Amino acid sequence: MTELNAALEHPVYNYKVVRQFAIMTVVWGVVGMLVGVLIAAQLAWPALNFDLPWTTFSRLRPLHTNAVIFAFGGSALFATSYYVVQRTCQTRLISDRLATITFWGWQLVIVAAAVTLPLGFTSSKEYAELEWPIDILIAIVWVLYAVVFFGTIARRKTSHIYVANWFFGAFIVTVAVLHIINSAALPVSLTKSYSVYSGTVDAMVQWWYGHNAVGFFLTAGFLGMMYYFVPKQAERPVYSYRLSIVHFWALVAVYIWAGPHHLHYTALPDWAQSLGMVMSLILLAPSWGGMINGIMTLSGAWHKLRDDPILRFMVVSLSFYGMSTFEGPMMSIKTVNSLSHYTDWTIGHVHSGALGWVAMISIGSLYHLIPPLFNRERMYSTNLINVHFWMSTIGTVLYIASMWVNGIMQGLMWRAYNQDGTLTYAFVESVAASYPGYVVRVIGGAIFFAGMLIMAYNVYMTTRKDVPAQAPVPSASAASGA
Amino acid sequence: MDINDLRGLSTLFMMIAFIGVVSWAWSKKRKKTFDEAANLPFADEEPTQRTKEEEGRND
Repeated sequence: MTELNAALEHPVYNYKVVRQFAIMTVVWGVVGMLVGVLIAAQLAWPALNFDLPWTTFSRLRPLHTNAVIFAFGGSALFATSYYVVQRTCQTRLISDRLATITFWGWQLVIVAAAVTLPLGFTSSKEYAELEWPIDILIAIVWVLYAVVFFGTIARRKTSHIYVANWFFGAFIVTVAVLHIINSAALPVSLTKSYSVYSGTVDAMVQWWYGHNAVGFFLTAGFLGMMYYFVPKQAERPVYSYRLSIVHFWALVAVYIWAGPHHLHYTALPDWAQSLGMVMSLILLAPSWGGMINGIMTLSGAWHKLRDDPILRFMVVSLSFYGMSTFEGPMMSIKTVNSLSHYTDWTIGHVHSGALGWVAMISIGSLYHLIPPLFNRERMYSTNLINVHFWMSTIGTVLYIASMWVNGIMQGLMWRAYNQDGTLTYAFVESVAASYPGYVVRVIGGAIFFAGMLIMAYNVYMTTRKDVPAQAPVPSASAASGA
Repeated sequence: MDINDLRGLSTLFMMIAFIGVVSWAWSKKRKKTFDEAANLPFADEEPTQRTKEEEGRND
């Protein structure tokens, strides 16, 4: 009994599960982005699908999206939320066993996805392609995740719940609701089911889910990361804690309504389309409020950017966040959407968020997180982090710029018509014209992917006990300051 | 009263809720609490140190 009390009074953090998820984040990042590079190359050189059913674009594309969002992004969120909730609540996770089950359960989901998607088992709902047995497994793991997270908050030693935990909490609760409602289906066999929704309702439920996967999985969760790791890395508290509270409530209140902008000019009732558009426009305010709060945390410490590539990762991720959350509302305007929708512009927009914001804030957070997890002062090589930073930035810019050019060109070609009312271009002409952009995208994606390999090497060397960290090269500012 | 009154009222309700959150967050009374909360990422030296020692023992 006294031992139990001692453990509660003087907690020791559970780093094991954080370590497991952190390492798997890097592994799944490499895997998911490799598949991304492959399918990008297939669009430029279709022969790369090898004429096999398992490696066609249609099967590998959901494998790529599931791997980068749920395997890479998901593992990053598990790792950082378990780390942040312990450290800001000053207590150990409520149950080591449940935490371990969430780790192995989540890995099982990922492996099941990696097997079933290439085999062609799919519910055909975007970002929710997995068939019903895997959906049930996800729901179970997610509920256990919620128990561990909120249970830990419930026994916190601090009186206040730090803002990062609010964002992680909203992400966990909302994703549970979204997943369970959108995945409701009638199974006809072990590997085939049909959605309980049909027609326009199905489309609306799907994009209510789809856009809130963006809003709560890819935004709220990673904002939780931002609110902890940016202050830690900059060594100063967040710019405005009050703004973070308004940011939180405004963001969660508005995001949930934005889904219909995926269904402009469809059978969805006009009022619902307009509602989605207006709510998407309003969303600019909380998004930029959060971005400004993150970036301004560096005010008075801008010089740190000069020699800290980890902080650079974080600040550039916030810049991409600001950019894509301006672009998103703009693209949700119906007249803009009539040009941009179904073109590569959408893919460019997604990747400005996915590579620029989600991946770069995760990478920055991991570089901050991995040394303490493995009892090291710092990463094995700061120079390699810097190389990785430039590769990520250049890769992302090449990717999104080529997709902007392709998207606007496709939109203009598809709507061009002759004086007699016939279309100026056949569809295939727009595909042929997209070829240079597709090649540039492969190059950009490959650079980003190669950066992840450098990260994997750097992480591996950091975890090895027999290898000391390399002495950081003295920077110009430090030299001139001395 | 028809459905459109309800729609109008919901807009009003959202506006009141927003003003409520803003004035709650910016009230002078809570400044000290929020300053403390903002420093939570820097306030767990002791358990972090203990975790470090514990982990070192397992090495």
